Amino acid sequence: MRFADAKGGGALTAVRGVSFSVRDAEVVSLIGPTGCGKSTLLNIGSGLVAPSEGAAFVDGERVAGPNAQVAFMLQKDLLLPWRTVAENVMFGVEIQGLPVKERRRRADTLLANFKLAEFSGHYPHQLSGGMRQRVALARTLAVDPHVLLLDEPFSAVDAQTRMVLQHDLAQTLKQANKTALLITHDLAEAVTLSDRVLVMSRRPGTIIDEIAIDLPQRDNPIARRRDARFGDYVAQLMDRLDIAHVDLGHVALEREAELTK
Amino acid sequence: MTNATHTARVRRGAAASVALLVMFLAAWQWGPGALGIPSFIVPPLSSVAAEFVRAWQVYHLPLHTGVTVVEVLAGFILGSLLGALVGYLLGMSPTAELALSPYILALQIAPKVAFAPLFILWMGFTVYPKILVAILIVFFPVMVNVLTAVRNVDPDLINLARAFKASRAQIFWRIEFPSSMPPMFAGLRIGSTLAVVGVVVGELVGGNLGLGYLLTFGEGQANTPLVFVSIVMLTLVGGIAYVAVILVERRVLHYLPARGVGSNI
Repeated sequence: MRFADAKGGGALTAVRGVSFSVRDAEVVSLIGPTGCGKSTLLNIGSGLVAPSEGAAFVDGERVAGPNAQVAFMLQKDLLLPWRTVAENVMFGVEIQGLPVKERRRRADTLLANFKLAEFSGHYPHQLSGGMRQRVALARTLAVDPHVLLLDEPFSAVDAQTRMVLQHDLAQTLKQANKTALLITHDLAEAVTLSDRVLVMSRRPGTIIDEIAIDLPQRDNPIARRRDARFGDYVAQLMDRLDIAHVDLGHVALEREAELTK
Repeated sequence: MTNATHTARVRRGAAASVALLVMFLAAWQWGPGALGIPSFIVPPLSSVAAEFVRAWQVYHLPLHTGVTVVEVLAGFILGSLLGALVGYLLGMSPTAELALSPYILALQIAPKVAFAPLFILWMGFTVYPKILVAILIVFFPVMVNVLTAVRNVDPDLINLARAFKASRAQIFWRIEFPSSMPPMFAGLRIGSTLAVVGVVVGELVGGNLGLGYLLTFGEGQANTPLVFVSIVMLTLVGGIAYVAVILVERRVLHYLPARGVGSNI
């Protein structure tokens, strides 16, 4: 997928002059300060928001609206409380009108992969936060998208569950050969899961740096965390974001501007 | 809280409830006499019970109760359907809501029961004006709850469906409609008790059928026990309507976590 000179964000310019591409089966993370327009890029990529200038392309085709090649997952699990786990996983394929048998088969396979088979008849409120997020990931994968857009998918779960979910995601992405764009605030998450990390500036966001993560075993976050070079990469990202000198007052004002928009 | 202590608490609560009922009935039977209150002001329980039997045989109590029940049912069902329909329509069209909200607010502030004489002027001493008052009074809590629910659906949920290329109808039937169920049932609960109020006011104003009529008939005859009998029957009708709504609600909203003690009444 490719973002060509994209600009967007309605009355407030959230991103400007952003151009980057993600190769097939590549996992790219996008990091940057709060309110730098990362989520705007994701909305443009999924076709929910049209950029005011520029365009996004998936498989060489210009994104003109929601499309079956792209699926997104957010920090919120967005599970429907009145549907069972299996019915939630089938939500996307049901809307896309797949035959009932095929829906069932995909849900069963995914739930088995995520070790949730025995919970397929449960309702979301009966699951833990980590399990719910796993169901959300299964729902995202059920439509078999080429590209996954992930917006801080694990930021609402506790640190240990997050590591387990990162492992799940890394394995799935590798096995299914999926392309993914991951938005995160967690620098360690960016390093463990990606082939490449893009660093964005404050609003209007542009890409100020690109760091290739030259670590083995992208499908094994635990092994990556143990790698001697892991800390160097995190430190490098920390320096690029200039975290030691971030003016939080400024961040708060920007946040406010974003909320009152 | 463990299950055992929970069960014990429920049992203690139920026992206390029954004890309170017995105390209340005893106070009703012997209290007025002990305090020297004449029986035409507060008749003791036994004379109300005797009047109940007499009303059943002489004053056609089953007929009056049946008429009131039918009016309550018709008013409640039609008022709820209308309220839900308008709630969904306004919820989906912000322009329509902006245009209509001052009038809806005005109609909501106007005391609905005050329309009863007007409706009787229009439709005569039939069951229809009573049903119409009930429709009007049930309409608002259901409409407002449905409208608010449709407005408060998480926009990210709608975006999720949109990203899967859902049509407008799919978004409504798969997300907005089911999302509105819990608030709608809150509205229906209120509506079920208000329907009785609407019908009774209609019956008080005019006609010669229904528990409201029996109430004014008893008043006219200075038959205090008959007034009490009518009040008790009306409470019973309202109570059964309320419990029926709760039973349906439990079936429909079975996916929600069980709620705390007492909140299910």
